Amino acid sequence: MFETLSLTVLQQYWWIIISLLGSALVFLMFVQGGQTLLGHLGKNETERSLLVNSLGRKWEFTFTTLVTFGGAFFASFPLFYATSFGGAYWVWILILFAFVIQAVSYEFRSKAGNFLGQKTYETFLYINGLLGTILIGVAVGTFFTGSLFSLNEMNQVSWQGPARGLEAALNFQNLSLGLAVFFLSRVLGALYFMNNIDEDTIFTRSKRHLLINAIPFLVFFLFFLIRLMFIDGFTYNPETGIVAPEKYKYLHNLLQMPLILIMLLTGVAGVLYGIGSSLLKAKSTLGIWFAGSGTILTVMSLFMIAGFNNTAFYPSTFDLQSSLTIQNASSSKFTLTVMSYVSLLVPFVIAYIFYTWRAMNKKQISRDELTSEHHLY
Amino acid sequence: MNTIDLTPLIDWSRAQFALTAMYHWLFVPLTLGITWIIAMMETIYVKTGDPEWKKITSFWMKLFGINFAIGVATGIILEFEFGTNWSNYSWFVGDVFGAPLAIEGIMAFFLESTFIAIMFFGWNKVSRKFHLLSSWLVAIGANLSALWILVANAWMQYPAGTAFNPETARNEMTSFWEVLFSPVAVNKFLHTITSGMVLAAIFVIGISAWYLLKNREKRLALRSITIASVFGLMASLFLAVTGDGSAKQVARVQPMKLAAMEGFYQGQEAAGLVAIGVLNNKEKRDAGDPFAFKIEIPKMLSLLSYGDPQHFVAGINDLKNGNPGRGILSIPEKIDRGKVARQTLTDFKNAQSAGNLVKADSLKSVFADPDFIKNNFSNFGYGFSDDLEYYVPNVPITFYSFHIMVMLGFAFIAYFSLFLFFSWRGQLPKRKFWLWIAPWMIPLAYIASEAGWIVAEVGRQPWTIQDLLPTIASVTKLDSGTVMVTFILFAVTFTVLAIAEVKIMLKAIQHGPKNLGGTK
Repeated sequence: MFETLSLTVLQQYWWIIISLLGSALVFLMFVQGGQTLLGHLGKNETERSLLVNSLGRKWEFTFTTLVTFGGAFFASFPLFYATSFGGAYWVWILILFAFVIQAVSYEFRSKAGNFLGQKTYETFLYINGLLGTILIGVAVGTFFTGSLFSLNEMNQVSWQGPARGLEAALNFQNLSLGLAVFFLSRVLGALYFMNNIDEDTIFTRSKRHLLINAIPFLVFFLFFLIRLMFIDGFTYNPETGIVAPEKYKYLHNLLQMPLILIMLLTGVAGVLYGIGSSLLKAKSTLGIWFAGSGTILTVMSLFMIAGFNNTAFYPSTFDLQSSLTIQNASSSKFTLTVMSYVSLLVPFVIAYIFYTWRAMNKKQISRDELTSEHHLY
Repeated sequence: MNTIDLTPLIDWSRAQFALTAMYHWLFVPLTLGITWIIAMMETIYVKTGDPEWKKITSFWMKLFGINFAIGVATGIILEFEFGTNWSNYSWFVGDVFGAPLAIEGIMAFFLESTFIAIMFFGWNKVSRKFHLLSSWLVAIGANLSALWILVANAWMQYPAGTAFNPETARNEMTSFWEVLFSPVAVNKFLHTITSGMVLAAIFVIGISAWYLLKNREKRLALRSITIASVFGLMASLFLAVTGDGSAKQVARVQPMKLAAMEGFYQGQEAAGLVAIGVLNNKEKRDAGDPFAFKIEIPKMLSLLSYGDPQHFVAGINDLKNGNPGRGILSIPEKIDRGKVARQTLTDFKNAQSAGNLVKADSLKSVFADPDFIKNNFSNFGYGFSDDLEYYVPNVPITFYSFHIMVMLGFAFIAYFSLFLFFSWRGQLPKRKFWLWIAPWMIPLAYIASEAGWIVAEVGRQPWTIQDLLPTIASVTKLDSGTVMVTFILFAVTFTVLAIAEVKIMLKAIQHGPKNLGGTK
């Protein structure tokens, strides 16, 4: 069935999958956000254990989504993989480092003989939550603001940025997206705790921190989004592949692709409703689902205006013609076709994740469970 | 950039990759094997309802959990390092290589990570049967992820199902099934997962034996040893069979690696296999005297490599200097042919940018010419360095790693047989000497396992893609100091975390299966 599709359609299909994985990743970073709230929400050992064990059952989803996001990007747009990872070296290495120290922290944190002590592992979780979210946000920010690199005729990258990618964090537009992702992950983390933990003190504190983090999230996100409407974007001619700057490109993209505009607005409304209803109602636990699906729609729409409508999704401001587009960075038609068959597995994966998530979260985690369960973090 | 000496950069980049891979491989094989053992134990629990089996299952599951997280941590770096440190490689072959990595995520990692949560936390939340199913799915997921990454690795050693596209300057996939079912991939997968099973069985026996020596957890230990020795014996026999399959493929697709594995310099018919040997230094080896000492099994190398005791086996010198009588090209000849292929690509690109479409079209068609593919493009990678020695892997490392691996592999078969026998005769608690040996077998299993990867990876140097792309053309152009810093960052991090892991594991073993259920 996929064989009959044109290369262009396959490229778009894969950009949608990348967008879906990217947006699922941002939603699942409620784990990272939650990790940075441990100290604020857990005032004693039992409370902190509740928080850590609540997140500990989900951290692998986030991790696996990140790995799959990387793998899918590699398979479908290998030129991005080669250019960005090799070029913006330090950004990606620091992101990786932040995830390495996370992976062991849950398992090791409360175990006897853990060598570094519980506090260290909790600090690791904090660093992961802080660096992981901000840097991923900054890296995605460069999809709009561009980077300094050129590609030679063999498509080999030479990076011109002075700090191998870290220079992106000096751009306020990128940084505001990074901070928006950071505060959003904390908002989602607080909402997740309200949903998952049966402990009144944690619920109350989560609610307070929901408000405390929702405000900077909105400030940074709205700054990013509004400014995005006014900055120059980079457009390419699908016939010649030539890239040129275009004023108000991302605003144009939204207006020319109204479906994505609706997606964005619905997404933002979902996030706001999730936050608002949780703050206003006395005992609402469903905010995570509204804010979570809102996050997925919002981030997907951002990815789509970055890559669709003949937009260069990884522009080079050093050498415009080296910019990456879904057209010039993709795999061959054959590989995209093969991978499209593989993508038919995605609904099954989502189905079993949904099923097991429900089975595990039917009952909220409580103090009782901490004493009856023999595998604890 | 070509004028700058890339050696330090390549060394640091390789060191970083080797560091990550070797740390990763300290933790993965246990996961690959012990998940099956756990699933079997839990099956017995569900079938019999005997709470002791639940306790046994939970105990090994606990140790598995400690081990699992750090395997995940080192794994993520490996995947992204292809991009960060080998970006030219990532473009040159991303069209083929990216696919298995993505499939690994979609098909295997989600399976593993979703059901692992049920496995650890679902005892009281889902039905017994669903929990059991989850444990099996974790084992399947872990081994499926091994399948895809090994398909990717096998493709680097034997690039099947692909064609070069000069337009994009990269290799593109032409047959997914050839990539997936390449004989090298199938064999590599089976050899690797069975090695994990062997290691896990040795791990289980070693710890159980320690309990017997300490006179504690007797039922757990005896039952675990029975399961692990049956499982280990079957796996180790299969390991030998797949090892033999690997040797035959290496002989065919990577003759230089085979020669290095055996320290085999001068090709001959009816070649003998070195059972035990000590290599001379490089001068002597190059002068035709490779061994200070060796015990050789006559004709065995020919037999094992080609299934024929009289068959000719090429040595390092034949492969370096050529052997026209045997149809082996010399490396200088391959260098010339590779340079023609590279120059044709450059001419094509130049013609394209000059707008000379007629010339570009005719040069492009050259890349589709079967003779050009066979004679020139198949040697593309040789066009990157004129240094003959660059194309010979490190012989001592490859040789010793190979021999250590094989010797230990055979020792493991005997070891499992012995433990199965003791277990069958009910003699285990009395066999103090063997119980004392058992924990010491655990590090040997790790050494054998790592040695296997050293043979596979050091033995194929300098190739990232056999004959098509050497490390020198694969590496990301970074300042070598940058890579040195990240190498140190990861070396320190992994080492600290590995120490923590071992300490936690030892504590958990000392603590034993106390408070691990056994009531329902």
